[in-house]
Amino acid sequence: MALYTETVMDHFTHPRNVGEIPDADGVGEVGNAKCGDIMKMYLKIKDDRIEDVKFETFGCGSAIASSSMATELIKGKTIEEALAVTNKQVVDALGGLPAYKLHCSVLAEESIKAAVKNYYDRNNIPYDHSKFPDCEHCEGGCPMV
Amino acid sequence: MVYADNAATTKMSRTAIDAMLPYMETHYGNPSSLYRLGQEAAEALQSARETVAACLGCTPREITFTSGGSEADNQALISAARIGERKGKKHIISTAFEHHAILHTLKKLEKEGFEVELLPVDPIGTVTAQQVADAIRPDTCLVTTMYANNEIGSILPIAEIGAVCREKGVLFHTDAVQAAGHLHINVNEQNIDMLSLSGHKFHGPKGTGVLYARQGIPLTNIIEGGAQERGKRAGTENVPGIMGLAAALKEACDHIGENAAKVSALRDQLIAGLSQIPHSALNGDPVHRLPGNVNFCFEGIEGESLLLLLDQAGICASSGSACTSGSLDPSHVLLAIGRPHEVAHGSLRLSLCEWNTQEDVDHILKEVPRIVAYLRSISPVWKDLASGKKQFML
Repeated sequence: MALYTETVMDHFTHPRNVGEIPDADGVGEVGNAKCGDIMKMYLKIKDDRIEDVKFETFGCGSAIASSSMATELIKGKTIEEALAVTNKQVVDALGGLPAYKLHCSVLAEESIKAAVKNYYDRNNIPYDHSKFPDCEHCEGGCPMV
Repeated sequence: MVYADNAATTKMSRTAIDAMLPYMETHYGNPSSLYRLGQEAAEALQSARETVAACLGCTPREITFTSGGSEADNQALISAARIGERKGKKHIISTAFEHHAILHTLKKLEKEGFEVELLPVDPIGTVTAQQVADAIRPDTCLVTTMYANNEIGSILPIAEIGAVCREKGVLFHTDAVQAAGHLHINVNEQNIDMLSLSGHKFHGPKGTGVLYARQGIPLTNIIEGGAQERGKRAGTENVPGIMGLAAALKEACDHIGENAAKVSALRDQLIAGLSQIPHSALNGDPVHRLPGNVNFCFEGIEGESLLLLLDQAGICASSGSACTSGSLDPSHVLLAIGRPHEVAHGSLRLSLCEWNTQEDVDHILKEVPRIVAYLRSISPVWKDLASGKKQFML
């Protein structure tokens, strides 16, 4: 029995949408190098729709696979749909993650929200701040695993 | 496949397997039984004890067979603590980068009221005899330091530390799990009172270990229930395992010099080659180093993803990253030598044995730089470092 599912290994070894969008409309970075994972997500947004998305990740196999899967889940979707993506959807789409790796999927969800929030902030678009809680491990301690 | 994780475990040698088979197939008697089948097993056990004693430079009576290095470490520390507390001595000295078999047992003793002092480790990962001498107090009952570190390969000045302890009348235990079969051991020359080793680190079987305790040091049982091992370790002896351990240890000790020469030459090529990777650093003592140990930190990447990609490239290795252990923090050893968390997450340990080849080294030196470069290319941390937004640490 391998540590990761085939889907996780596929997304880890062949990550989708990896890289940078230099003229991104929204960029979100979550995580902490001290804790061993950072995800950065770039969004290209047109008419409230995510036209393009790319990511860069420093982290373990499941962090890279979770970022890759998250980009697949939101590409071409409306902002509203993207914001509705949960860490559980990322995990399910990956065919599961080991329990102590679940925080990688949380980071993936948070990176989407952080990128959208950045897009809203840049464009002075009002939004409900309570829907964008500060990510718990951007500052201070590492997430519980 | 290139197996470069010999510090985790080793492939068994043909010699060790052949030494075990008869004790599973035909000589399967219980050494405690009085009929011949049992007594043959008892004689075999005695011969294994003599073999191991000869490898360590002690007497057979001073050898206790255990289920492994961890059990031996546990029993050594608990025994020394019991001796100490009977004399009102409850201060124990160790180091910050011991194996968890030591550190967790010390934590347990701390809860019982012992005072544990962990000596800091210097940046190359060693502890001096002077540090030990300065730390010893009238109420010190035990000094326990590893012979060589399992992660970064640093070899400690065991004989000197032993001499200091002997002079001050303090028991000295060494966890020699990484050293046995790879580095010279003579418990008398090196002033060692207690020593732990594990069979599977030198091509012997898993689940086998040895605790050496100098004659006159009373051991405290960890396992109760029978008169085996002079009453100090209950349970029917693992005769096949013990035979395998003894055969493997003898073979390793008989070839210790030539193996060390061969393995350290391969090791040095890896160290030289991996040092070419920008913003990398060797961990551990560059000179006093286990023959097979290579340990690097690569800035801007995380160790688990490196290991997974190495596995895809047919290379088995290990890392001190938190993600590989399921814990929050990266390796306590890397933190103890002063590596920041960010850097410690990007560590790689390759550990070689005498069966590794030049082709293995060439393959590793082709794959590691490629994979490190790839992971850096998708790492936002590396991008911030490369663009000058953040300062390189290595």
